[in-house]
Amino acid sequence: MKTIKVLGSGCAKCTKTAELLEKRAIELGVEAVVVKETDAQVIMSYGVMRTPAVVINEQLVHSGSIPTQADVTVWLQS
Amino acid sequence: MFEVFTKLADWLAYDLAGLSSATKMGQALHFFVEDTTKIFVLLVVMIYLIALIRASLNVERVRDFLAGKHRGAGYLMGAGFGAVTPFCSCSSIPVFLGFTSAGIPVGITMAFLLTSPLINEVAVLLLLSLLGWKFTLVYILVGMMVGILGGFFLDAIRAERWLQSFALKALEQGRQNSSVDLVSAETMSMSERHQFARDETLEIFGRVWKWVIIGVGLGAALHGFVPDGWIEANLGDGQWWTVPAAVGVGIPLYSNATGVIPVMESLITNGLPIGTTLAFCMSTVAASFPEFILLKQVMQWRLLAILFVMLLIAFTLIGWIFNFLFPVL
Repeated sequence: MKTIKVLGSGCAKCTKTAELLEKRAIELGVEAVVVKETDAQVIMSYGVMRTPAVVINEQLVHSGSIPTQADVTVWLQS
Repeated sequence: MFEVFTKLADWLAYDLAGLSSATKMGQALHFFVEDTTKIFVLLVVMIYLIALIRASLNVERVRDFLAGKHRGAGYLMGAGFGAVTPFCSCSSIPVFLGFTSAGIPVGITMAFLLTSPLINEVAVLLLLSLLGWKFTLVYILVGMMVGILGGFFLDAIRAERWLQSFALKALEQGRQNSSVDLVSAETMSMSERHQFARDETLEIFGRVWKWVIIGVGLGAALHGFVPDGWIEANLGDGQWWTVPAAVGVGIPLYSNATGVIPVMESLITNGLPIGTTLAFCMSTVAASFPEFILLKQVMQWRLLAILFVMLLIAFTLIGWIFNFLFPVL
């Protein structure tokens, strides 16, 4: 079971990132919960300055853009 | 090198559409075609080239660089980096907090954030192609000054007092442990740079093309349909009240530099004084209500109000100074 957080202030790219993660998790049959985190204070606590950023099980794996399909696959399967 | 776009517009507006160059409609269509084609070609070529060069510059490296810098140099560098560092305005809150928690003074962070929307590669390109290098240089200098003096002022009044409490706490912690974990400077291969530049070009172009159309469309409408000499006759003397009026109109209008620069060109060629035009455009670009609402997350109302009034006064002063100096330029 993976807990995935998408950090970002609710911009279009953040929404797309969350959708991509959800879709890929279903395709790969990985159990995952995707949450969007918009609170500035929480985003700061991960040390993130460029959004959207992706946190998987409290580990920051990506920041600054919509991740690629290939990256998402690797994160979900590891 | 830009004549090709004039010829294309001649051909499209006068030959193909069969409009006369003496009619308002013909002039407006000509202006629209010439400017949109010129801007689109320039944007694609130049964004790509600029992105290649600055591929390895990002906000994390700027923060590490600014942290622990002497204040005087800090404002200048904050504004300078604001002009050249790419970042999406939707990231301005995380950037603000990232800088703050590295112990960077609020003034330097704000120098960065104020300059960023005013000066960027798209704005500079548009200015160069539409209004020439002299105007571009003036615009860049003025934009930097807004950031530098604004930042200096905010620190002088100790603006950090009016941050939201969690942001202030982060600032204080950042000051104490001055050793920031430096992000190792990653070296990029040429193919990685190309990849970055290609994505960046697509991304920026996808974001700004509609602004160009809207901006040039408005400019063309002004060009074609505001009676010749009307602006010059009514606003051309740079009467003192036109500047605060222009700022007052500009602030609630929300646009980015891309959309507003073609309008600027049209206003100036129609005889609006340079100072009034600058005041209008800078207030449209730099002060927007959506941005202020976002900043509320990290600042108390009091600081927001100060920031707002500061920008209002700054743009009005810019307008007056340039209207006064314009005959000299």
